[in-house]
Amino acid sequence: MSARRAGPFAALAVFALLLAGCGATRDHKTLEFWTIGREGEAVVKLLPEFQREHPDIRVHVQQIPLTAAHEKLLTAYAGDSLPDLTQIGNTWIPEFAALHALEPLDARVARSKDVRSDDYFPTVLATNRIGGVLYGVPWYVDTRLLFYRSDLLREAGFDAPPPTWAQWQSQMDAIRRTSGGKRWGALLPTNEYDQLLALALQQHVPLLRDGGRYGNFESAGFKRALAFYVGLFKRGDVPAVTNIQVGNPWDEFGRGAFVFYLSGPWNIGEFRKRLPASQQDDWSTAPLPGPDGPGDSVAYGSSLAIPVHSRHKAAAWALVEYLSRPKVQQRFYELLGDLPPRRSAWHSPALEGDPKLHAFREQLERLASTPQVPEWEQIVTMMQQVAARTIAGQLTIDEATADMDRQADTILAKRRWVLDRERKAKP
Amino acid sequence: MNRSSVAWLFLAPALLVVGVFFLLPVLAGLALSLTDYDLYALADLHNLRFVGLHNYWALLHDPQFWAALWHTLYFVIAGVPLSLMAALGAALLLNSPLTRFKPFFRTALFAPVVTTVVAVAVIWRYLFNPKYGVVNFVLAHLGIHPVDWLGDPHWAMPMIILFAVWKNFGYSMIILLAGLQAIPADLYEAARIDGASAWRQFRHITLPMLSPILMMVGILTVSGYFQLFAEPYVITEGGPLQSTTSVLYLMYDQGFKWWNMGTASAVAFLLFVIMFAVTAVMWRAGEAREGLS
Repeated sequence: MSARRAGPFAALAVFALLLAGCGATRDHKTLEFWTIGREGEAVVKLLPEFQREHPDIRVHVQQIPLTAAHEKLLTAYAGDSLPDLTQIGNTWIPEFAALHALEPLDARVARSKDVRSDDYFPTVLATNRIGGVLYGVPWYVDTRLLFYRSDLLREAGFDAPPPTWAQWQSQMDAIRRTSGGKRWGALLPTNEYDQLLALALQQHVPLLRDGGRYGNFESAGFKRALAFYVGLFKRGDVPAVTNIQVGNPWDEFGRGAFVFYLSGPWNIGEFRKRLPASQQDDWSTAPLPGPDGPGDSVAYGSSLAIPVHSRHKAAAWALVEYLSRPKVQQRFYELLGDLPPRRSAWHSPALEGDPKLHAFREQLERLASTPQVPEWEQIVTMMQQVAARTIAGQLTIDEATADMDRQADTILAKRRWVLDRERKAKP
Repeated sequence: MNRSSVAWLFLAPALLVVGVFFLLPVLAGLALSLTDYDLYALADLHNLRFVGLHNYWALLHDPQFWAALWHTLYFVIAGVPLSLMAALGAALLLNSPLTRFKPFFRTALFAPVVTTVVAVAVIWRYLFNPKYGVVNFVLAHLGIHPVDWLGDPHWAMPMIILFAVWKNFGYSMIILLAGLQAIPADLYEAARIDGASAWRQFRHITLPMLSPILMMVGILTVSGYFQLFAEPYVITEGGPLQSTTSVLYLMYDQGFKWWNMGTASAVAFLLFVIMFAVTAVMWRAGEAREGLS
């Protein structure tokens, strides 16, 4: 509405400002840069070198708390007040691409010496590409795999973590048996969708069909994943609890309440910080087991994106290039523990020399991305709600998947209408 | 200038504020609820459709809406009487001539009202933790098996009710206390001379004299409790198994999480109609009682 109408005026104003900028004495450009969560604190420490290289650019970093970030970006879009450069969760990119809020970056990447697209983990880069257009440059990657207690696994009679679902299940059965029911096999909080999602993505069956027009949860592949997931609870290998009930999973892991924990890279730092030094050799990480052999996991992470109304696109791109350099990404890892999205950045002693990171490095070559529709977050939240009811015994697998498809089709109704209209518009 | 135009002139600033900041948004919300305003419409207004009453129709056929409405009614029906009884009980105790350290107790009982809901919710989550919580610790000593207070769909809503009552009764208590202090002491004196027991004094003097204030507190509490949101948002996040998802929670999810503003506005107006009907019935009932006495 008003945002659209303000567009041309804003562009004019920017043009006028640019002219003024050229004419006047070399004025400082101030680059508005929004970061989400803790990244803001770390990036500030990386900036001095960038400013030495670009004395004419001043960067103003604004930190948005993670819980409010999505809303804040959407409202900023509605109010036409997006910054010049922003960090953005890669699962949000479909949404902001549908809003035409982000600048296509293909041409800039093609010209760039710093951003080399063949150096990135392909699936992570692909999450930034909507309909063949690149809208973001991966800043860090995030995935889910197994954290496990190696001492307790040995106690149950196993030397190595499981590569397949079947072995994972029998290891957990053994843990329950040998501990006399004192320990659980794994902790998979029933109000988190990442775990079931990762298992479902391993099936290589799309979760939505017909170009994201309908749900595809009644596929044999998804049913297999759901049946395995729900089965873990039914067998008593995994407790049916939410993360609210657990409260502090790190302490519980340290106490040995469960042996496997399906979680992300930030927990390497958390376990190092929260578990005593004597326990640091008792836990490890392993790639996610798959239906038959090591399987895929989710391709999460954050990207850097330039909003279309950015007033300093060239300066914003300069900062993207700087932050994408392998050396800078290695520093970023040391400051925060965020995993670099490009292979060359992993060639550093801090990353290669850390045994707990090996599983992550391996997993990053086996990622699968989620369906790229703006409604995905709502659909996957719904998926987990239905899955939780299935765990509670309210639904069978067939009833659950039918319900998921019914709800997904309702959520996607508007998308179908929009897509059909676009198709009619250009015959 | 006649008197009435002067009156309008004085009223104008207030009316302007009410119009711009209340009436206009309400009308805009009503208009929004007749459309399918969402992310696609935000991107391009051509994607906006006028859908008439379809949002309302769809909600009335949505089991999630009915579940949320039922959870809200459960909360109101159980929470309001509990809250009022706690408030009245505390006010009576504070008003009793036998009570010592009145300012201390008044402050202590009012304290939960001014605490921040998030901070207190975190503490409650720890108190009711199934494994380490002090509540189950005490119950275990009494030989009662540990209860998963916030994880069991049957217990989560009672916990939310308990929390809300504890958090909110102090406010009603202060209003009722003021009401109690306004009852003339000679009424009680006369009753005592006639030999009325404490219960009869309460039944025939305190309650009737307090009834207008009780009615007001009741309506305030009902309308407040219908808007249940913050408690489940911070304690249970609407779970377990959606058992603490209220109507307002549904509206928040639809509106601010999924950006389905059309649906969210329709939820808001349905809640408004329900609250309006309930408070109107209460008001009528109160007036009818007053007419009788």
